[in-house]
Amino acid sequence: MDWASVSDAEVVRACRAGDDAAWRELVERFSRYVFAIARAHRLGESDAEDVFQETFARIYEHLGRLRSDEAVRPWIGQLTRRLCIDRLRAAVRDPVLDDAEEQGEVDRRLTAVDEAVSVHEALRTLSADCREILDRFFCRDQSYNTIGELLDLPPGTIASRISRCLAKLRQAYEGRSGADPASGET
Amino acid sequence: MNENPMDEVRIAELLRELPPVPEAWLRAAQERPAIARAADQILELAETDAEFRRTLIEDLETALRAVGHEPDPRLVDTVRRRLPGG
Repeated sequence: MDWASVSDAEVVRACRAGDDAAWRELVERFSRYVFAIARAHRLGESDAEDVFQETFARIYEHLGRLRSDEAVRPWIGQLTRRLCIDRLRAAVRDPVLDDAEEQGEVDRRLTAVDEAVSVHEALRTLSADCREILDRFFCRDQSYNTIGELLDLPPGTIASRISRCLAKLRQAYEGRSGADPASGET
Repeated sequence: MNENPMDEVRIAELLRELPPVPEAWLRAAQERPAIARAADQILELAETDAEFRRTLIEDLETALRAVGHEPDPRLVDTVRRRLPGG
């Protein structure tokens, strides 16, 4: 099944019906978002992993309580932020919440994460080739040579393809109307 | 349309904001339904078998092994949270 064209709400409904493939898609779809929120709170790797697993455990257990399937992303965002804050408080090693400057930095990072989610949602509307090349270059930080070897393309072609796909992504992003993933929290 | 068009440099920066998670984290989270189903079976058995229930409460890991489950930390944690008083 090609999940790229399936909405978040449809994935949630399929998960609730016990579809394991839908659950794998839900984890895949929201994994970077959860991870980025943990990074925004400057959790160490071990704490970030614990928060990541705890977040998906809670999502699995409480998916039935979600009031609006369309609001799954803000719900996951809120849940992850709460678990990050709990983790920081429990550790009592980084009084982030007591320091307005630090809190401002976390908020700024979270805003960037929400903005990045909109860009990644626009990315999902591009062709599989564009999605792959942009993900490899920008998100996985792979070099032209590495990508060229993996996709069997000369490095020069990689550069021009990235440029073309990035332009398409910008158009797709700007074509999205009022994309605001932070709205509609339950 | 968005009111403030973005340049491609900013778009690239935002792509970098969401790097992939380690593959092992992803797989562990994706296995959650199998863990939940295993926990369901174990707790059902505990409801009908008083001896097993007692072992489960006293020594959870041994009880899991006794019914053929490796005491995976996620399974241990899930069963412990769902046990009465857990």
